[in-house]
Amino acid sequence: MAKPIIKVEHLSKAYQIGQIGTGTISRDIERFVITKIFGKEDPFLKIGETNDRSTKGQSDIVWSLKDLNFEINQGDAVGIIGKNGAGKSTLLKLLSRVTSPTTGEIKIKGRISSLLEVGTGFHPELSGRENIFLNGAILGMRKKEITRKLDEIIDFSGVERYIDTPVKRYSSGMYVRLAFAVAAHLESEILIVDEVLAVGDAEFQKKCLGKMGDISKGEGRTVLFVSHDMRAVSTLCNSSMLLNHGEIKKIGKTAEIIEAYVNDASLSNTGLDLKFELVDNTIVFQTYSHQDYAIYDGSFFIKLIDYTGNEIMLHEHKLKKEESIIKKLALDSSSLNSGVYSLQVKVWATLLSGKDIALATPFYPITISNNDERHKRVFAGKIIDIKL
Amino acid sequence: MKSNQEEHYWDLIIKGKSSLFDLNIRDIWHYRDLLLLLVKRDFISFYKQTILGPFWFFIQPIFTTIVFTFIFGNLAGIQTDGIPKPLFFLCGITAWNYFSDCLLKTSTVFKDNAGIFGKVYFPRLIMPLSIVMSNLVRFGVQFVLLMGLILYYYFIPTPGSSITVSPSMFFFPFLVLLMALLGLGLGLIITAMTTKYRDLAFLVSFGVQLLMYATTVTYPLSEVKAKFKPMVGLIELNPMTYIIEAFRKCLLGHGEFSIYSISYATTITLIILFLGILIFNKTEKNFVDTI
Repeated sequence: MAKPIIKVEHLSKAYQIGQIGTGTISRDIERFVITKIFGKEDPFLKIGETNDRSTKGQSDIVWSLKDLNFEINQGDAVGIIGKNGAGKSTLLKLLSRVTSPTTGEIKIKGRISSLLEVGTGFHPELSGRENIFLNGAILGMRKKEITRKLDEIIDFSGVERYIDTPVKRYSSGMYVRLAFAVAAHLESEILIVDEVLAVGDAEFQKKCLGKMGDISKGEGRTVLFVSHDMRAVSTLCNSSMLLNHGEIKKIGKTAEIIEAYVNDASLSNTGLDLKFELVDNTIVFQTYSHQDYAIYDGSFFIKLIDYTGNEIMLHEHKLKKEESIIKKLALDSSSLNSGVYSLQVKVWATLLSGKDIALATPFYPITISNNDERHKRVFAGKIIDIKL
Repeated sequence: MKSNQEEHYWDLIIKGKSSLFDLNIRDIWHYRDLLLLLVKRDFISFYKQTILGPFWFFIQPIFTTIVFTFIFGNLAGIQTDGIPKPLFFLCGITAWNYFSDCLLKTSTVFKDNAGIFGKVYFPRLIMPLSIVMSNLVRFGVQFVLLMGLILYYYFIPTPGSSITVSPSMFFFPFLVLLMALLGLGLGLIITAMTTKYRDLAFLVSFGVQLLMYATTVTYPLSEVKAKFKPMVGLIELNPMTYIIEAFRKCLLGHGEFSIYSISYATTITLIILFLGILIFNKTEKNFVDTI
C-alpha cells in the first residue's frame, strides 16, 4: 500500500488586498478584542471572497485558497495546474512554510525542500563553489552532504571552468545551471518545484526534466511540480491537480486533468478562434481574433486521429516570446493515406499580460484524398470511407 | 489512541495557529552550518574588491577615537577616570560599536531578507544570529586594535594615568555575550514591528545615536555622579551603561562594577531577549504577506 507523505486538511489562506496602511493599528486592536477577548470568529475573514482577479470584489479579503483537502503518496509526481491566480503558488508557499495557512493544516512525513526560485541566496561576490555551499545550506543541506556531492553538482552544472569565479561574472544561463544543479542534489523526501524550468536553453531544460524524472521514478521521492508547460507536466507527472479560484477542481491522472484544463470553457473565453483549410496536400491553420495577443510562452499542437482512433500525427510548434498568437501554419499531408481523419488544434500559452490561455477546437473530420499511387498500392485493401 | 498514533506518523504539522512558545530549537540546530556559512559570506563580501581588505575594520574606530579625544577629551575637558584619553574612548567605542551594529543590522533583518524569506524556509532566527556572529568577528578584529593600545599604555606608562589588571577581567566574555544578546533582543523587537509599521525604522538609526549619549561611552559614570546628580538615575536605567562600565573595569581597571550592576544588566537583557524572540517568532510566520 502506498504511504501518504503529505496530507492536507481544510487548508485555506486569506489575503488582504489593497493598501495595508493607515488604520491597521485600530483594525488590529479591533480584531484582537473580538477574537481573543470575546472568542468570536474573526470578522475580517468572514466576509472573504474567492479570488477572481478579473472582477472587482466587495471585500478587501480574498481567499487565495479555500478548503483544500488532498493526500499525496510517497513516490508520486504530482503536477499542479491552473491559470494564473488559481492559487498554485500560494499552495506551494504554504507547503514550503514560507507563509503559514489561515486555517487548516498540512501534515508532512519526511524532509521537504522547495525550489520556488533558482539561486535563492546566491551572493554575487562569492565564487561558484562558495555559493554552492551557501545555497545548499539555505535549502537545508548539511555541509558534509554538500562536500560529498560537490563534484557531482559541479559536473551537472557544466560550469567547472568558472567554479572559482564570482557568480556576478556569470552569464544568466550559467547562473541558473549552477543554481539548479545544487537544488537537484537535495536529498529531501519531498521536492517542490515552481516553474523554474522556464529558464536555461532547451538542452538544459531537458536535462532538468530528466533529473526530476529520475528523482521521482528512480529514487522514489515525491515531486510537486507547478508549471504552465503542459508537455513538462505530462512527461513528469503521473497525477495532477487542477486548481481554479483557490479550489480544487479535479484531481486524477495527468492526461485527464490536462484535458479538463484545456476544455474548460471558462479558460477559453479569449475571443480567439481557429480555422483550417485544405489546400492541395497541405493543411493550413490560422488563428484569428479581433485582437493581437503577444505571447510570453506557449505552444501550438495539432493532433490528427485516424478512423480507428489512433493518434497518427502530433505536430508541435513552439511559440517564441513576444510572437503574435495570430499564426499561420502549414502541415504537409502528402504522407497520409486518403481517408477521413479527425483533426484537433490546441493552444497553450501565457500572454505577456500574464493571462493564461488554453484553447482547443473540437475534433473536426477532414477528408484527405491523396493521389499518390504508392499509398494506394500499399494500403489498397484498407481504405474505408466513413459516412459522417 | 489511534489519532495519537497518527499524529506520531507525521514529522511536521503546519498549522495556522501555533503556540507562542513553539521555538523550533531543533530546527535551528539542524541549520547550524548555514549559520557559519552566512558569517563567512558576510566577512568575505565585506572586503572583496577592496585594497585594504580587513583593515577597513580599523579605520572607523581609529578616526572616531581621534575625534572624540579632541572634542570630548580636550575641548569639553571631560575627565576619564585616570585612563589615558584615547584608550578610554577607544574602549567605549569598540564596545558600543558591537552593540549598535548588532542592533541596527538585526532591526532590518526582515526587510533586507524579504527576497530570501519569501522563497525558501529555514528558521528565520538563523539570520539575526548570523548577524550577531559576523559582528563578533568584526568586534574581534577591532578588539585586537584595542589590545594593542592597552599594551602600549601598559608598558610605556604615561604620567597621570594608570592601567591595572584586575581579576574581573574574567568577566569579559560574559560582557560581550550580554551586549550581543541585548542588541539582538532589541533588534528582534524592532524588526518584527517594522514589518507592519514602517515608522519605527526611521526612529532606529537616530535613536541609537542618541542612546549612545545616554550611555557612558563619551564620559565615565563617576563624572556624571560628581557633576550632574539628577541625571544619574536616568543613565543608570540604561543597561548598556553598566555593561560598558564593567567593560572598562575588566580591561582597564577603572569603572563601576558590582554584583548589583551586573545582575541588573543581565536581567534586563534576558527580558528583552525573551520578548524579542517571542515577537520575532510570531511575526516570522506571516510577515511575507505584509512586508
